[in-house]
Amino acid sequence: MISANSASAEKWNLRLYTAGQSPKSLAALANLKRVCDEHLAGRYTIEVVDLLKNPRLAKDDQIVAIPTLVRKLPEPLRRLVGDLSDTERTLVGLQLRPRS
Amino acid sequence: MKMERHAHARALPKAPTGIEGLDEITGGGLPKGRPTLICGGPGCGKTLLACEFLVRGATQFDEPGAFISFEETGEELAQNVRSLGFDLDALIEDKKLAIDYVRVERAEIAESGEYDLEGLFLRLGLAIDSVGAKRIVLDTIESLFGGFTNDALLRSELRRLFRYLKDRGVTALITGERGERTFTRQGLEEYVSDCVILLDHRVIDQVSTRRLRIVKYRGTTHGTNEYPFLIDEAGFSVLPLSGLQLDHAVSDERVSSGIPGLDEMLDGKGYYRGSSILVAGTAGTGKTSVATHFAHETARRGERCLYLAFEESPQQLIRNMHSIGVDLEPFVKKGLLRIHSSRPTLHGLEMHLVQIHKMVAEFEPAAVVVDPVSNFIDSSSAIEAQAMLMRLIDFLKGKQITALLTHLTSGGRAAEATDIGVSSIIDTWLLVRDFETGDERTRGLYVLKSRGMPHSKQIREFVITSRGVQLNTMKDRKK
Repeated sequence: MISANSASAEKWNLRLYTAGQSPKSLAALANLKRVCDEHLAGRYTIEVVDLLKNPRLAKDDQIVAIPTLVRKLPEPLRRLVGDLSDTERTLVGLQLRPRS
Repeated sequence: MKMERHAHARALPKAPTGIEGLDEITGGGLPKGRPTLICGGPGCGKTLLACEFLVRGATQFDEPGAFISFEETGEELAQNVRSLGFDLDALIEDKKLAIDYVRVERAEIAESGEYDLEGLFLRLGLAIDSVGAKRIVLDTIESLFGGFTNDALLRSELRRLFRYLKDRGVTALITGERGERTFTRQGLEEYVSDCVILLDHRVIDQVSTRRLRIVKYRGTTHGTNEYPFLIDEAGFSVLPLSGLQLDHAVSDERVSSGIPGLDEMLDGKGYYRGSSILVAGTAGTGKTSVATHFAHETARRGERCLYLAFEESPQQLIRNMHSIGVDLEPFVKKGLLRIHSSRPTLHGLEMHLVQIHKMVAEFEPAAVVVDPVSNFIDSSSAIEAQAMLMRLIDFLKGKQITALLTHLTSGGRAAEATDIGVSSIIDTWLLVRDFETGDERTRGLYVLKSRGMPHSKQIREFVITSRGVQLNTMKDRKK
């Protein structure tokens, strides 16, 4: 309970790497927003990085698959690839298991 | 129109590798603008070959390159090839090389839903564009299978990747680990259908041997043999064991054997330049003396001679020959005579051949002495030894280098028997052995054959004096 409370106070900083307006990228963003609104309402930021506009970041940030979601905060850094359509896996991947 | 297409198909454009021997056996290099697969077990030299392909492309053929590494970081890579004299950092500085280390660790990646490898494609594009790469290496792309779980997706992405590389027109070299039943673990050969090269590193009788084989090369006739290769301080070199060609330039020039009596027996003029000479005999009959006379004579004329001694060290050879009046040392000091000693079993047979090739290329001798060749038979099977000697002689003849080989015949066998079956490639064959004349044994030398000259049929008495080898006619002897 204590950990859940402290977790609920944390700020979430997420970055989604996409390549243009591909269907997978759009789906990933929509799925991510839905999950965040449900579990992190009011305390998350999503930064979308379009690698088509800045391919250099793919190298600098070690991106191979698209879309890739990186949880920058809270630490530790987590990576999740895919359009996030599998909500259960998304929650596990982000370590955001809902309390039931 | 039809003709034109045919002609075009014939002239398949190639990207030269600049690697000694490899361009020869591939008929000019790797298929230009297309992917080539290099496969082999761990430690067989895939990464080095790939690296050298890029380095030589950038430095010799004005073709910048991109290295996409899935296993080593740029620093590790640069460090590993520094010993081969490749300075990757300088090439990067000069914008002739781009390195991208692509890290894929399954432990760090969770998956949810569908994805593609567009990020990798963007990185390839970036690497190519940043230096205007004409060549690219992916080493080894199979690592992707360790990082992602969706095999079907990876396979369709690989297909797309190879198509992308072809569209970009880059000559690509893909490495892959050897699988148990397939050339590569993930069956990459299915995607790369233009050229597949297999590297092998094996140990036979405790001797390590590296070999290269071209499994497939679409649209090109290529050697199908296994070719030995060497990795040393100058990088990769593949030994082309070219088919024997009998179209060598032939010289009418004669060179002295260094023994007046022997020259007399050979039409009064000695050996032909660029011919092959075999001096055969049982142990201790003076074969090395005949060989060193020739080496000495070659150097005395001011020509270079390479002496490969497989039984004695250079110092030992110099000392022993000094005792019979053949002074080799001044010529060694002048750089006209190079004595190279090694144990035949130290390397595989073909490694010796590679080394001899390299020494000949570097030293450019007029004559090469191999003393003795029989030792090679100890280190390998007879067929292999024969093949190697034929290649060696073929190679030397092609360069108009006179080759003198000594051969130890074992006592029990007929002296004329060709243990190594090289008779057909030997031009002048000398035999030294003991004869029984009346009530005593004498050592004698005779010419078993000598192509293209009226040679003596005499048996001459073979005497080693403090002033070298003397060949007396039996008439002289009776005086």
